Amino acid sequence: MELIINGDIYDDIPAGINVADLLAHLQLPSAKIAVERNLEIVPRSSYASQILSNGDKLEIIHFIGGG
Amino acid sequence: MVKNTDPLIIAGTEFQSRLIIGTGKYKDYEENARALEASGAEIVTVAVRRVNISNPKEPMLMDSIDPKSTVYLPNTAGCFTGEDAVRTLRLAREAGGWNLVKLEVLSDPKHLYPEMEETLRSAKLLIEDGFDVMVYCSDDPVFARKLEDLGCAAIMPLGAPIGSGLGIQNPVNIRLIVEQTSVPVIVDAGVGTASDATIAMELGCDGVLMNTAIAEAKDPVLMAEAMKNAVIAGRQAYLAGRMPRKKYADPSSPLAGLI
Repeated sequence: MELIINGDIYDDIPAGINVADLLAHLQLPSAKIAVERNLEIVPRSSYASQILSNGDKLEIIHFIGGG
Repeated sequence: MVKNTDPLIIAGTEFQSRLIIGTGKYKDYEENARALEASGAEIVTVAVRRVNISNPKEPMLMDSIDPKSTVYLPNTAGCFTGEDAVRTLRLAREAGGWNLVKLEVLSDPKHLYPEMEETLRSAKLLIEDGFDVMVYCSDDPVFARKLEDLGCAAIMPLGAPIGSGLGIQNPVNIRLIVEQTSVPVIVDAGVGTASDATIAMELGCDGVLMNTAIAEAKDPVLMAEAMKNAVIAGRQAYLAGRMPRKKYADPSSPLAGLI
């Protein structure tokens, strides 16, 4: 299925994947990031239970240097 | 030592250091971490940005600066509306799990002055959302009062434009803000060298926030230590109370008993 992650289209995502598995698929460290799905925060506690849908828009952020 | 009996209290949390440093513009996160250690700061400002999906092995700030031992203060740099700021900081809260944030809503890239109308609106939205808001603002006592009345956790007027290193340009306004404000007042932006930080503290500010003055020094780690000492010196001088200014000389050695 297709997801829009950080503004880019990814069309090779296995259907029915949950957030935890997506992060593992992308090799992202879940403890250091936060996820927004269709403008709603995805609480860390629900990464395993939130099943993603075709066309979902995700933002995945972390902290970088800033003033 | 002053530091044990005179903590900085922001939104109920006690800090021993009155210096807050940024994490931008350093050569790398490693140098940043060494500067942090030399500065003695307990809070660092950080920005919230998209992860690089194509390179998940890219170094992360959290690998060099441990958020368990240093308080991350996420900022809203790059946000131009209250809605953007709330969205960004909700993500930050989920990534870090804390409520203390730095609100900055900027305007023209030439001077990076805060957009105060939108800053006020954003502060209201964030406070309603449960955040403890430390707010970057102009050095205008009228706006500073409005931000305090809204419930901001700290008022952070600029000393000079961000990244300019020009020092405290309007000490009269900074002092007016200090005198009228009951939450911490922290000069944010404009410090160029150690004496600038001392001046801010001598004016009665509760702390100083700086990034470029350390990051762009020739030796950032040494400058970080200088800033630590400058903030402590300024605080001590403020608490000690300076002597009155006089128009004429006044000899230190008594004139009586001369041979």
